[in-house]
Amino acid sequence: MLIFEQSKAGRYAPAQSPLDKADISSIPAQFRRRRSAALPEVSEMQAVRHYTRLSRKNFSIDTQFYPLGSCTMKYNPRACNSLASLPGLLSRHPEAPESHSQGFMACLYELQEMLREVTGMRAVSLSPAAGAQGEFAGVAMIRAYHEARGDSARCEILVPDAAHGTNPASAVMCGYQVREIPTGPDGDVDLEALKAVVGPHTAGIMLTNPSTLGVFDRNIEAIAKTVHQAGGLLYYDGANLNAILGKVRPGTMGFDVIHMNLHKTFSTPHGGGGPGAGPVGVSERLVPYLPVPMVTREGDEYRWLTERECPESIGRLTAFAGNAGVLLRAYIYARLLGREGMPRVAEFSTLNANYMLKRLQALGFQAAYPQRRATHEFIITLKKQAKELGVNTMDFAKRLLDYGFHAPTTYFPLLVPECLLIEPTETEDMATLDGFIDAMGRILEEATQDPGLVKGAPHTLPVKRLDDVKAARELDLAWRQRDAG
Amino acid sequence: MLAAIGVGSLDDLFDEIPASLRLSQLDAIPTALSEMEVGHLMGKRAQQDGQPVCFLGAGAYDHHIPAAVWQITGRGEYYTAYTPYQAEASQGTLQLLYEYQSMMVALTGMDVSNASLYDGASALAEAVLMAVRANRKSKSKRILMPRTVHPAYRRVVHNIVKNQQVELVELPFDPQGGHTDPAVLEQYRGEDFAALVIPQPNFFGVLEEVDVLTDWAHANGALAIGVVNPLSLALLSPPGEWGGQGADICCGEGQPLGAPLASGGPYFGFLCCQQAHVRQMPGRIIGRTQDLDGKVGYTLTLQAREQHIRRSKATSNICTNQGLMVTAATIHMALLGSEGLERAAAASYANTRALVEALSAIPGVASLFDRPAFHERVLRLPAPAAGVLRSLAAHNVLGGLDLSRDYPELGEAILICATEQRTAEEIAAYAEKLARVIQLQGGVTCGLVPKE
Repeated sequence: MLIFEQSKAGRYAPAQSPLDKADISSIPAQFRRRRSAALPEVSEMQAVRHYTRLSRKNFSIDTQFYPLGSCTMKYNPRACNSLASLPGLLSRHPEAPESHSQGFMACLYELQEMLREVTGMRAVSLSPAAGAQGEFAGVAMIRAYHEARGDSARCEILVPDAAHGTNPASAVMCGYQVREIPTGPDGDVDLEALKAVVGPHTAGIMLTNPSTLGVFDRNIEAIAKTVHQAGGLLYYDGANLNAILGKVRPGTMGFDVIHMNLHKTFSTPHGGGGPGAGPVGVSERLVPYLPVPMVTREGDEYRWLTERECPESIGRLTAFAGNAGVLLRAYIYARLLGREGMPRVAEFSTLNANYMLKRLQALGFQAAYPQRRATHEFIITLKKQAKELGVNTMDFAKRLLDYGFHAPTTYFPLLVPECLLIEPTETEDMATLDGFIDAMGRILEEATQDPGLVKGAPHTLPVKRLDDVKAARELDLAWRQRDAG
Repeated sequence: MLAAIGVGSLDDLFDEIPASLRLSQLDAIPTALSEMEVGHLMGKRAQQDGQPVCFLGAGAYDHHIPAAVWQITGRGEYYTAYTPYQAEASQGTLQLLYEYQSMMVALTGMDVSNASLYDGASALAEAVLMAVRANRKSKSKRILMPRTVHPAYRRVVHNIVKNQQVELVELPFDPQGGHTDPAVLEQYRGEDFAALVIPQPNFFGVLEEVDVLTDWAHANGALAIGVVNPLSLALLSPPGEWGGQGADICCGEGQPLGAPLASGGPYFGFLCCQQAHVRQMPGRIIGRTQDLDGKVGYTLTLQAREQHIRRSKATSNICTNQGLMVTAATIHMALLGSEGLERAAAASYANTRALVEALSAIPGVASLFDRPAFHERVLRLPAPAAGVLRSLAAHNVLGGLDLSRDYPELGEAILICATEQRTAEEIAAYAEKLARVIQLQGGVTCGLVPKE
């Protein structure tokens, strides 16, 4: 039942607003609202009960294994939340003067420095609000760099066919045309195809390494050389940074610009779809273009760097300093991990992924790249099961929900048919991984013996499979008073 | 586990990475701390910044947030879930987002709402790009942008849309009223624009002639984009009812609905539009549908607009949005209802009037604009604003925003705000401190000359 359907005229939570109703008659009538907005009218307890009950209809990391590939659903330490919510931090106004911001700015400065170190870039700006905004910032910097050099013929961004959808979309938002680069049979970028298309029109290439195929591109040095020689720049999509944290630095691989998803690698909460944070790091030549604001240190004092101090900056992308509260959580996480914890993130996420892959293969599941070492995630393809049993990837995904596991990413990347992209993360133990693997084995048996059971899944959730076609055809995007009748 | 994989050590798992690339040290990263140690560190830092009394607004407002909002929002089931790709396992988040969309529709008077964007400024950028796509009558990529729109928003819009050759044409404001005089639009009559942006209230807190401006846009083939404070909509005319036909798109900063100040984020941007434009909307949208048994359920819909399906032809590159902030906003709106929001908005309006009255009594301090305003006001000071604000901060008062950088034409002016949280005592104390600071800084002799 919707909160609107529990509404009763005149009811509200009187303790939650001023007891006296201030006089607003001095606002001329022409500007005023004629009818009150039709919001729900419920008591405090009704609202609390309703939203507590709704929460129980969600899978989450706190309640379930959530191996959603490319999303890095690792445990979010509770200290990061409670310490970032200390009163002095929570109540700080974004325009508070530097004199009243030194504690906050110290955290941001140290986070910038730690991210710089772990990525091997020359400088970092924390301001982009999420990964896709980091991508936008990165490509905008590439554009600013070429424009400053008068190199205006570069109109094309290269994107491998395995890339996240945000990559081509970000390039287009920066005014570029996108050209797709094919992947070779072993999962690495097709180097010959790349060589054939780079040239004076190439602004840059956007790469994820390890790629979304769950393999580390072994030719990365050759790719970097090829693109750099053509005058283009290399963009690193940090979605998979978890796989190499403390093991390899994008700066060493030759990248000029990188974004990091702090809600993935640095364990800030995913919040049902955000907020994230997408800091960007750059090599020497892109430093002048970094988005503002940033924090610098002069002696013992922290100062803001804004449009005034950075006139060549691509500017700000949100009104204030990005998702500051997310940055604080990432800072606290990084301090808890420390220098010794960071490489362990890569090691144990890779260990977990390779273990799962080997055991699933033993059960008869087909790896998309069996000859390759898995990174922190891997792909299996259910092409065979779909063909022979008529049970497809979506059926497996839905049946996994019945077994109490969130499904892996389905049907992405697009170039592997009937695929599951599985990312266990480093925070899961062997018993949990075994539980998931056993469930996959049982579903495979079910698919053989009673395919209808799998195709009809889920059976145990608040709803059965939803009609997406109806949702898109008969758009119902908001409850209105008339729905009550 | 290593044996099951068939390797001898953890290091062997990285054998496909060229040895020349491997990293051995992370010297600049400090060693690990325990939770207790990080707790001490963060406690010290939080304390260091103090908790000054806040008369700053300018896009981020210090409103009361019911205790229940973040206690429920912080539940792991909301806090640690992700984008509801698996609808059956995400009905909690999905139904909540549908309720959020419904609440925003009720508040703004528009037909549909998306499930959030990053913040108010980037939402305006997306609204501008959306208007360029949606306005089929116009071939133009030019947008009329009043100077009364938040300066940071104007910068963000420019930074995001310029690479797509969208041009922002600035409209000046009336120096007496602090609003966009509809008469300034006359010079643009007959020219092709994709949209006119209409802030309500505007950056100065002043109320714009939204009906006249909306009608002008429609009469001239442009879409009307409202930029609104959602709390103000408890009192003010909703964009869906502006002028004869209502605004086409409206957006704004969701922070006044349950998000703490928190140094500027995370907040959330909201974006609503008329039904006709829904397929040009960026971001996630939730639809109500049925399951196999005919039971009501909720799901992500119209995904063919989005980057993970359409890639380079998507309406935007946005993926992760601000789901958790929207969770808080939904619970906040449910707890307050229209009545509570009206009371909070009215008290903010009344407190700001009381503040203006108290401060204007100080010799040389004057309210700049004579038109109706919501809960912010511009004051001119008889001494350099930067120095005055510094002195006030030293007395634990955030006295307002110095406007001299963004609006040098206003002279030594500050933007002030008193939400419902400010008490009569705090307002009186601010007035007393301001009088003293101005006296010490030389009183009424300087300050009325505009800066270069």
